[in-house]
Amino acid sequence: MTDSTETLRKTPLHALHMELGAKMVPFAGYDMPVQYPTGVLKEHRHTREKAGLFDVSHMGQAFLGGDNPAKALERVTPADVQGLKEGMQRYGLLLNDGGTIIDDFMFTHLAGEKDLYLVVNGATKEGDFAYMADKLKGQATLTPKPGRALLALQGPAAGNVLEKLSPGIATMTFMQVRRANVAGCPAIVSRSGYTGEDGFEISVEGKDVEKVARALLADPDVLPIGLAARDSLRLEAGLCLYGHDIDETTDPVEANLVWSIGKRRKEAKDFPAAEMIMDEIANAVSRKRVGILPTGRAPAREGTQIADKRGNVIGHITSGGFGPSLNAPVAMGYIDVQFAANGTEVDLIVRGKPNPARVAPMPFVPNRYKRK
Amino acid sequence: MSEVRFTDQHEWVRLDGDTATIGITKHAAEQLGDVVFVEVPEAGRKVGAGGEAAVVESVKAASDVYAPVGGEVTEGNAALADEPAKVNADPEGDGWFFKLKGVNKAEFDKLMTKAQYDEFVKGL
Repeated sequence: MTDSTETLRKTPLHALHMELGAKMVPFAGYDMPVQYPTGVLKEHRHTREKAGLFDVSHMGQAFLGGDNPAKALERVTPADVQGLKEGMQRYGLLLNDGGTIIDDFMFTHLAGEKDLYLVVNGATKEGDFAYMADKLKGQATLTPKPGRALLALQGPAAGNVLEKLSPGIATMTFMQVRRANVAGCPAIVSRSGYTGEDGFEISVEGKDVEKVARALLADPDVLPIGLAARDSLRLEAGLCLYGHDIDETTDPVEANLVWSIGKRRKEAKDFPAAEMIMDEIANAVSRKRVGILPTGRAPAREGTQIADKRGNVIGHITSGGFGPSLNAPVAMGYIDVQFAANGTEVDLIVRGKPNPARVAPMPFVPNRYKRK
Repeated sequence: MSEVRFTDQHEWVRLDGDTATIGITKHAAEQLGDVVFVEVPEAGRKVGAGGEAAVVESVKAASDVYAPVGGEVTEGNAALADEPAKVNADPEGDGWFFKLKGVNKAEFDKLMTKAQYDEFVKGL
């Protein structure tokens, strides 16, 4: 592993980030904008108030082809892939044979198309694609699309903004996906995102992404938003960041992601480590991912120990920081299941001192997805 | 007549008699980005030069603030608890962190002058 800038990859928008004055950091092997001159707090709040544009081209995009790619994909995920209707997208977990989480990803059934469209995390994409190709060999063919770029347009103004560049797009609802032209460029557009706000993800060819990004940024409601605000937005929305809140040491039950396991799949018990996972669902687990709200102002960062009121360590924080929309610190982490009930009072050990906090329901900021 | 000195940890110290006021520099505030939490020391606490005295957290990370000179804390800036953004708005004024009494002038004189600090920042 090296962070030296020469080895970092660049997205097709790298020059635009520099032009916009972004502060760049290494992330998932790419040189990525962590913030723009606007600053993290304003970027975060602007996304919740108007619309923010994120370059997420580091994420892995691929198509999965074959006779029945949905059936094949179910070998490595407990999600109901075969039941996904045309024109829709869904969230899934990529599981190893032991039932722990290799990655989380989105899969899409484009209308009239046989191949599934997949989006996985940037830091894990090579491993994910190798794993899928190996596990699905002979049943489905995975074709990574490294030449594609991905933009996220997030916030309450996103629908009106995108409508101007892609007439008719505003009629889409949460988790719908379609092919459409955006600013004259062919795109795959989904009404989804990772901020808890209404919004879109727009996949285009790398050669077209700067044109699309500039067209979006020309709208007075849109500001470019960096990774730091993306992180605080998703944390307030209670969404997991792979490699922090979920990884190959956590399973879907501990991670509180059982909702992503299809009903049909639970009944059929036909996914990786199904016996273990179904047993955990029925008989509980030893620890669980929960939301944590510190009582005071001090943020509790990743790795902070969670203690009970007698000082015994009962868990740890996996994501934590300041929530600009709540104007308060927010966190999530894993806690012994007997302490996982909402409202349970705990202490966070920050700089050696117990800081009071309580277990709290997520999302911390209500979702504002466009459901109809 | 007060004098101001700076440290390579990006703190400033203003000395009035044997009382010092300490904060972080404009450069430090810019590097940190939006400050969201400040923990200042309580009055009566004794700190040595270079000792951890306060904590400043931006959206990104937590950083320690060291006492550039030794002394006894007379006051922490209580206003920063409710308005940590003052550190960004006026780092070398309203955004001060804490005050010390009993400060040794010789210790203070060893620190960088404004011109030296500006040169130091330029070289970073």
